[in-house]
Amino acid sequence: MDIHFLTYKLSLAGGILLLSLLIAMYATLLERKVAGFFQDRLGPNRAGTFGLLQPVADGLKLFMKEEFMPANADKFLYILGPSLTMLVALLSSAVIPWGGNLNIGGVDYSLQMADINIGVLYTFAVVSIGVYGVMIGGWASNNKYALMGAVRAASQMISYELAMSMAIVTIVMTTGSLSVNDIVAQQHGFNWNIWTQPIGFLVFIVCAFAECNRTPFDLPECETELIGGYHTEYSSMKLGFYLFSEYINMFIASAMISSLYFGGYNFPFMDVLGVSPNWITIIGTAVLFIKIAFFMFVFMWIRWTLPRFRYDQLMRFGWKVLLPMAMVNLILTGFFKLLFK
Amino acid sequence: MFSTYLFIFLSAVAIFSAINVLLSKNPIHSVLYMTLTFFTLAGHYILLNAQFLAVVHVIVYAGAIMVLFLFTVMLLNLNKEGQFSKTNLMKFIAGIAGGLLFLLLIGSLKSFDVAVVSNPELTQIGLVKNLGTILYRDYLLPFELSSILFLSAMVGAVMLGKKDKI
Repeated sequence: MDIHFLTYKLSLAGGILLLSLLIAMYATLLERKVAGFFQDRLGPNRAGTFGLLQPVADGLKLFMKEEFMPANADKFLYILGPSLTMLVALLSSAVIPWGGNLNIGGVDYSLQMADINIGVLYTFAVVSIGVYGVMIGGWASNNKYALMGAVRAASQMISYELAMSMAIVTIVMTTGSLSVNDIVAQQHGFNWNIWTQPIGFLVFIVCAFAECNRTPFDLPECETELIGGYHTEYSSMKLGFYLFSEYINMFIASAMISSLYFGGYNFPFMDVLGVSPNWITIIGTAVLFIKIAFFMFVFMWIRWTLPRFRYDQLMRFGWKVLLPMAMVNLILTGFFKLLFK
Repeated sequence: MFSTYLFIFLSAVAIFSAINVLLSKNPIHSVLYMTLTFFTLAGHYILLNAQFLAVVHVIVYAGAIMVLFLFTVMLLNLNKEGQFSKTNLMKFIAGIAGGLLFLLLIGSLKSFDVAVVSNPELTQIGLVKNLGTILYRDYLLPFELSSILFLSAMVGAVMLGKKDKI
């Protein structure tokens, strides 16, 4: 491993990190703008042109707020909770291919952090340890509403993980690879997985909503019955971390949806464009980000359209509708794969 | 060289957290230390080039089993310190049981010699493709039987958990 390669990977990691944070920051503004649009008002427009400085003002406010820690809180775990949530939210971006290869001076630079051959399983692992941040934070606050919120969040995330994994397993079956890079590369041009896996996509996107704790599945922070759920006792930037990681999760989930089902950096007619491969890579990355932006808009669209589920409805939907649906999809996929081998 | 340092670091953290599972008074801390132990073990698997095993270890143990442990401990509200009384008899029995396990471990270490891997194919066994081939070709029956065992355990748990008698 030479130093050249190492600096490239480190700068790529730094770039992706900064980009995730920047996108999450402006996703909060976009959310408020979209909410304003849906409710026939203007949304934030005081700080900067079109409210472009609003996220900066919000962040500054969160930093300046008083740091308050409950008297009987478990101090170490109380701080660990939001940190863990943030860490886990940022971890999964490592296996997403942000573009093809850039050829600079005869050397190929991959726009993916780590092309590990078990990339899909890596995302499973990251998703499954995402529960800890919420549970630890909720428990360490020493507040019964926070604890109830944490328990709810954990049971919701565990329940929806199952169906989500089942949906991804069908993708692995059709592509025959566990590497996200291979999965994206096989959807070259317009051969996107959505054409062969519509049921799987439906299951996946619903589970992605539940895993990100977004409406209609935002039961863990259900204001009307649990005050604020697991982050009731949090203030200042620790609360900011919890809220912010939701937007990072949304960004990563959109990137995963685009990569697994909508071809990632592939776009139609990429072979007949007649430009150099470097340009294809750059356009591909731009196309990927357009797809991600669209899915983030879908997240917001649904949040401001649908009301929240009741808790028993949520559980029934996860276990009795989504999981059987994912299993039927799995069997159907296997059947078709045998039939048209 | 780097992997040696990594090994020492991981081992130190693993032993530290394993001891703390026993020493912490608070059940939640015990569960969290145990999770940390599982993560360090996953790190060891990666050092041994068994990535699949490492990731599955994290998914199953850290991501599912320990979350359920944490869940149960929180739900049953076991988070008060010193609520389990330890009588002298219990300490005595626990001492004997633990001592026997220790003896067993020492005994197994005594007859242990360092294996040298001669077949280069074997170092790639942890990769998912090789593992899958061997699991589904050479060990198909044990694999299927153990999955039936898991299924029956799951059905049994649901049976026991049902409120109304069938």
